[in-house]
Amino acid sequence: MIKIDINTEILSVKIDIDEGDFIALSGKSGSGKTTLLRVLAGLESAKGEIKVGDNFWLKNKINLAPQKRDIGFVFQDYALFENMSIVKNLLYVNHDLELAKYLLDITELSNLKNRLPSTLSGGQKQRVALCRAMMSRPKLLLMDEPLSALDAQMRSRLQGELMTLHREFKTTTIMVSHDPSEIYKLCSRVIVLEDGKILNDGTPKDILLKTSGSQKFSFVGEVLEIKKLDAIYIAIIAIGQQLVEVVLSENEAQGLRVSQVVQVSTKAFAPMLLSLE
Amino acid sequence: MLDILSTLEFTPFLLSFKLASITTFILFILCLPFAWWLSQTNSKAKPTLEALGALPIVLPPSVIGFYILIALSKNSPIGSFFDEYFDISLVFNFKGLVIASCFYSLPFMLQPLQSGFETIDKNMLEASYIGGKSRFETILRVALPNMKPSIISAIIVTFAHTVGEFGVVLMLGGSIPDETKVASVAIYEMVETMNYKAAHIYSALMLIMSFAVLLSVYLFKDKNKKQFTGLYK
Repeated sequence: MIKIDINTEILSVKIDIDEGDFIALSGKSGSGKTTLLRVLAGLESAKGEIKVGDNFWLKNKINLAPQKRDIGFVFQDYALFENMSIVKNLLYVNHDLELAKYLLDITELSNLKNRLPSTLSGGQKQRVALCRAMMSRPKLLLMDEPLSALDAQMRSRLQGELMTLHREFKTTTIMVSHDPSEIYKLCSRVIVLEDGKILNDGTPKDILLKTSGSQKFSFVGEVLEIKKLDAIYIAIIAIGQQLVEVVLSENEAQGLRVSQVVQVSTKAFAPMLLSLE
Repeated sequence: MLDILSTLEFTPFLLSFKLASITTFILFILCLPFAWWLSQTNSKAKPTLEALGALPIVLPPSVIGFYILIALSKNSPIGSFFDEYFDISLVFNFKGLVIASCFYSLPFMLQPLQSGFETIDKNMLEASYIGGKSRFETILRVALPNMKPSIISAIIVTFAHTVGEFGVVLMLGGSIPDETKVASVAIYEMVETMNYKAAHIYSALMLIMSFAVLLSVYLFKDKNKKQFTGLYK
């Protein structure tokens, strides 16, 4: 059990986390997600309490240094030690050759282990960063948008690896993420922050699935263009990486403008799924 | 030509190199922690300390020499302390020259090291702390190996700058053969005594050596464009 109750100038949160949970931290930029991770890691100071198991990391006069906190941290920009080979990056944290070999094996990095970080691709670097964070067998794994800089294919692959590692090590994990499919796939709980406070806390399904009532499909998208075609109007809407056309009546079209954020939903709808692989 | 070379006294050159080596070594050790602190701190005292550290670049060497001479002379608290307890005099000898050179060349060591530390990704340092490593170990195993161009430029430029000093040496050391008569002072004396041949040879050697040092710095800088930082940016 991890109990967090902290206050800083921009952050005021109280969270209890079960051991082994995989938690997503979401919210607009500036909402305090990164600050929360840094406070947990001991990289920024805060008032309040952090209790991990039976140990206090933060309480009154106790404020453990990052070195003493038993955490793994995956930075958005990888932050690998540029002067060390891949395997040395791992061994620097903990000189456990067997664990390093095991981690490099399951992330398929074994054949790159003697290369320098600067010669790797983004996805490879992020896998190394993940392995390095696991080398100390941390009690708490913190990840700051670990996959946001990667393309969709690499992201999906690394999500699989994150799942494998979480299954193997059962490390309590907090990951900052904005990607709903990533959160749904990996996490058992989502905490949404706004202005340093908790706005929403629940299962990914409750928080991310935007359908309500009898709606079958519901998406949030952005209006790109509204065209008039004979007697009807057509809106081009971007939903995630996909574009869709929606037919509108004149009344509906007049209430819309380009770049507006809208909810697209439908009730009577029997979708078909076709395999693309 | 060979005759002249064989009659020439080269001790001033050796003395210059000895002085520069010792000064560079001392400054490297002293400036490392100071440069690290400056690169990481948010202290209000930082601009003041940075300005103090850069003063020797703009002050005339005679001013630096004058103040150090006053500070180290036997009538001053520091000078009398060393004289009384250790029986060491700090002016008009080699020790005094080393102390003066350390002040004179300080910015040339401090600034490249500081900007070298500043170029290191903060997350990389934090990753090391989180990995359980102390600040000292982080500096030694992560920061320093990732700023080699800055270290090398700091060392070379400090060395070269100390070899080239004249005013401070003259103020503080005079021109005692084998003790304080370094190459630059020797050339000054040769010109004063109209020994132009020797002055030519000495000056040419200094010129070639200085050029070679700077050339090696710039060649190295070219090779490490992305990381090189320091005075010669």
